[in-house]
Amino acid sequence: MFEVYFPLLVLVFFATAIAVIMVVLPRFLGKKEITQPKQTPYECGMIPVGDARERFPVKFFLIALVFIIFDLEVVFFYPWAIIYKHLGLFGFIEMMVFVFILLVAYLYVVKKGVLEWE
Amino acid sequence: MVTAAFIIFGLAAIVSAIMVISFRNPMASAIALIVTLCSIAGLFAIMGATFVAALQVIVYAGAIMVLFLFVIMLLNLKRDEFGPEKRKIQRTLGIILGLLLVLEVGIFIQAGLGDFGPSPAGDKGSFTSITELSSLLFTKYLFAFEVTSLLLLVAIVGAVILAKKKL
Amino acid sequence: MLIPIIIMVVKVLVIFAGLMTCVAYMTYAERKVVAHIQVRKGPLFVGYHGLLQPIADAVKLLFKEDFTLAGCNKIIYNLAPLVTFIPALLAIAVIPVGDQITVAGETTNLMISDLNVGILFIFAVSSLGIYGLVLGGWSANSKYSLLGALRSSAQMISYEVSLGLSVIGVLLLAGTLSLNEIVKAQSGGILDWFIFRQPIGFLLFVTAAIAETNRIPFDLPEAEAELVGGYHTEYAGMKFAMFFMGEYASMITVSALAATLFLGGWSGPILPPVVWFLLKMSFFLFSYIWIRGTLPRFRYDQLMRFGWLVLFPLALLNTMVTALIAIL
Repeated sequence: MFEVYFPLLVLVFFATAIAVIMVVLPRFLGKKEITQPKQTPYECGMIPVGDARERFPVKFFLIALVFIIFDLEVVFFYPWAIIYKHLGLFGFIEMMVFVFILLVAYLYVVKKGVLEWE
Repeated sequence: MVTAAFIIFGLAAIVSAIMVISFRNPMASAIALIVTLCSIAGLFAIMGATFVAALQVIVYAGAIMVLFLFVIMLLNLKRDEFGPEKRKIQRTLGIILGLLLVLEVGIFIQAGLGDFGPSPAGDKGSFTSITELSSLLFTKYLFAFEVTSLLLLVAIVGAVILAKKKL
Repeated sequence: MLIPIIIMVVKVLVIFAGLMTCVAYMTYAERKVVAHIQVRKGPLFVGYHGLLQPIADAVKLLFKEDFTLAGCNKIIYNLAPLVTFIPALLAIAVIPVGDQITVAGETTNLMISDLNVGILFIFAVSSLGIYGLVLGGWSANSKYSLLGALRSSAQMISYEVSLGLSVIGVLLLAGTLSLNEIVKAQSGGILDWFIFRQPIGFLLFVTAAIAETNRIPFDLPEAEAELVGGYHTEYAGMKFAMFFMGEYASMITVSALAATLFLGGWSGPILPPVVWFLLKMSFFLFSYIWIRGTLPRFRYDQLMRFGWLVLFPLALLNTMVTALIAIL
């Protein structure tokens, strides 16, 4: 177990170290000349209008939800795939049932136009 | 070694969980929750359950938290939109339920039902066999597996009906 | 006890340094190849044929002014590049870059960690990368970056499902999640490569992978013509570069993964295994740049429709057909 996790920890350490250095170092190296126009968000040269954090279409929420459902479906495929050779026909049929029920969900989502973008 | 890793991940989980409820900014709370979920994945990993750890990150930290962030970005509640403070009932209920939980955990420790150290599997330094785990899932717990798909179907129908006004 | 630990650390250092060099020179290769596709010359002046350009760029970026916007959340703004960059570097850990070697009496695999759920580790780590983009776009409090973040995160989650599903065919044939064993399953010669038994799975994987790494023709996050710049509009200097280094690192990981899953990884005749691995990986990296020099960009609605209504059902069908053939 040690020989599996220890190198991972070393890698995490190196990656984090180099990333933190890259974020922190320019703070000391670069020049500092903060002016008002530099600090305003880019809006094609105009003075920004209102707050950016407005409400968004519910569409994105639905996409995230559909993603969770089908991500969970995919997750079940992994353990199934590696023992599929032992399960044989039985494994095929049980996965068919599972996929069929989720296919109903998929068709429902498609029919309701959740995945359509105007 | 294993005990040290257990303490580090456990502490990270607890501290970030406290941060989830103490931050004012919902975005910061969500980030803290991601840290909590990843630390729990770390706890699974040191018990040798690499498969469960990977699923914990993929499903909870990688999928469900994306939905949380979307909802936070979607609503963008300003402070004045929360409405007046009407939390008296919630607060008393929270205290009562919290005390109940402490009592329950106390009873568990008294009865010696839970072993709160690192699991014996971690000490052996072995990995859970994914082959064994999946053969159990697809033979003995087959019904639970199939019912999951129905549950997911119900979830998606419910969400679509809630989110879409014109059907 | 000491020698194995030293070997492990050296292995991590070598692979990590190799990855960072690849990331740096991928920027050079991209500029050079795209330039020649467009009958230009690309970088020429820093070193021989511009070979030192990445180093000059890095130095320049380090000396850029470091500033934040007035209305932004400073902690999250600085955190976002880290969240993109670190996971992108971690995924390389489970990819075998060569055969077993023996150093100082210790036999070791040429990979950082032979995790028994290797491929799931890559998906887990890459699913975390999406937060860098969401947080980066949200923290700046700029309309363009917020729109860009929302769009690109929706795109990434849409293609993640197809990406995960497209490799199931390979797993069905190999019967394992460890990438080392997947390579061993195809080491018997070119006809054992899974690309010949999973041609549709291969195409689906490559398509989903290009979308997942936000590259042309799926580079909506960087749609400079309509969104100014996407989620990193308000970033500058090194932090801006970190988003791109993360993107290049995940391109390299995905190319390495494609070589491992479908082209037999490091296995090959005559040449040393590491060279074979690098050759196969470079083939995918070159194709990335080639595609960028050739194809136009998708429209956003086309992209989402393609992901959900074409790629996902095809991946599902491919999986079930593979399963059916496997039991016949």
